[in-house]
Amino acid sequence: MSTVPADLQYTKDHEWARVEGRKVTVGVTAFAVEQLGDITLVSLDAKVGQKIEAGKAFGTIESVKTLSDLYAPLSGTIVEVNGALDSAPELVNDDCYGKAWMIVLEADADVTGLLNAADYEAHLAKQ
Amino acid sequence: MSDESNAPQTPLQQTVLHAEHKALGGRLVPFAGYEMPVQYAGVVKEHQAVRTAAGLFDVCHMGELVLSGEYAAQVVDYLVTNDCSRLQDGQALYTCCCNEDGKVLDDLIVYKAARDRFLIVCNASNRAKIVGVFKKAAENHCDFEDVSDKTALLALQGPKAFEILARCGGDGPGLSQLRPFSFTDGVLCNVRATVARTGYTGEDGVEIFCDLADAPSLWRQLLEIGREFGIEPCGLACRDTLRLEARLSLYGNEIDETTNPLEAGLGWVVKFEKEMFVGKEALKAAKEAGLPRKLVGFEVTGKGIARHGYPLQDKDGNVVGICTSGSPAPTLNKNIGLGYLPAALAEVGTEFFVDCRGKAIAAIVVKTPFYKRSKGN
Repeated sequence: MSTVPADLQYTKDHEWARVEGRKVTVGVTAFAVEQLGDITLVSLDAKVGQKIEAGKAFGTIESVKTLSDLYAPLSGTIVEVNGALDSAPELVNDDCYGKAWMIVLEADADVTGLLNAADYEAHLAKQ
Repeated sequence: MSDESNAPQTPLQQTVLHAEHKALGGRLVPFAGYEMPVQYAGVVKEHQAVRTAAGLFDVCHMGELVLSGEYAAQVVDYLVTNDCSRLQDGQALYTCCCNEDGKVLDDLIVYKAARDRFLIVCNASNRAKIVGVFKKAAENHCDFEDVSDKTALLALQGPKAFEILARCGGDGPGLSQLRPFSFTDGVLCNVRATVARTGYTGEDGVEIFCDLADAPSLWRQLLEIGREFGIEPCGLACRDTLRLEARLSLYGNEIDETTNPLEAGLGWVVKFEKEMFVGKEALKAAKEAGLPRKLVGFEVTGKGIARHGYPLQDKDGNVVGICTSGSPAPTLNKNIGLGYLPAALAEVGTEFFVDCRGKAIAAIVVKTPFYKRSKGN
């Protein structure tokens, strides 16, 4: 089974969010990585300073067989983009909750509406 | 991911190896009306196993037709573009089957079992269509039977395939003498089978036909015997990356009823010296008129992965072609693809762009196959 760290929050689209006040680090979950398989390309189109709305794509992740959009879990301003994934997309397979974080957002408002780990696990059970 | 609960509920067929796939943890997906394994351990691991050791594929979903009788040879030869009259008993060939317009109905392997008996293997997705074409042509001329639902087909592919077969007892040890595109009846792992030195991976290996009832046992024994050689059960995903590296066409991608074999680079299976075959006149006319477009192999030099259906652009950004298949190539560590380009842009070394969802990514036409196994492998 895929791991679901208790200290993170989640979306139904299988992004995770580490919420520290309004600073929110975003990546994809182990479940998403398992579904995709060997990650071969991560394209983070979002730029630092750019505003993004919840549910809008900030990039794409591709495996050998498929491409998936990456969605912002909430609205905010992008304050960091993980450039390391550009040359090392395999980090997503190795460490999706750590080194393969994708963007950091400064949320527009207090963070609400994301799934906690238990809710996300319940969501996975239905997949 | 949305629930498509109002999608039509066509029940998927299962192959006779369905329980094996589940037991091995294969991820099953709908494919050509069947529930088929797309991968087990992972596409890259499976791909590398076939290139360096061996892989075992369930290809029971493929269609198998038998034409027999005095005029079976003439019927088959009339329906396909390649020349079956040069086949000896026990030999097979790859061919296209075209319509009168010279467009591709399917690509097939024709096996000549005897002077008056032929086995045709067609794509699962085209089975109904090809059954229709062959059945109609056979009427009043020869016997026709669709044996797909009582025939199992396994593919054992990779440089260790014959070492594994040699341990299967029966006729296994003698199979390394089999020539490419030849086949023989024999016993493997106590199972009666027909073994052909054919495949769809660019690697040496065999395809094994047997009765449905024997397939699970043969599957398990091949995996067991192959374990020390590094065999992996392999899914459709790596079958696709393997065939793409070897520049083997996939029906529905490189070839379909809008393409002719000549522009797809399959002119070598079109034998104009044959007196007649379906599509001959149209293909002759197409050849004489010159081919406006050609299927090329390309490498993506920019940062992107070309995918089936992505537009191809010239250097000025005009859409001039289409990508038919594209993927990272696990053996080559490059992003490769096949696609149709105007003849003037089809030369090796021509630079162009792939429109990857709105981003123009640089690519260059390269020689194919992308991967060729070394001799003696």
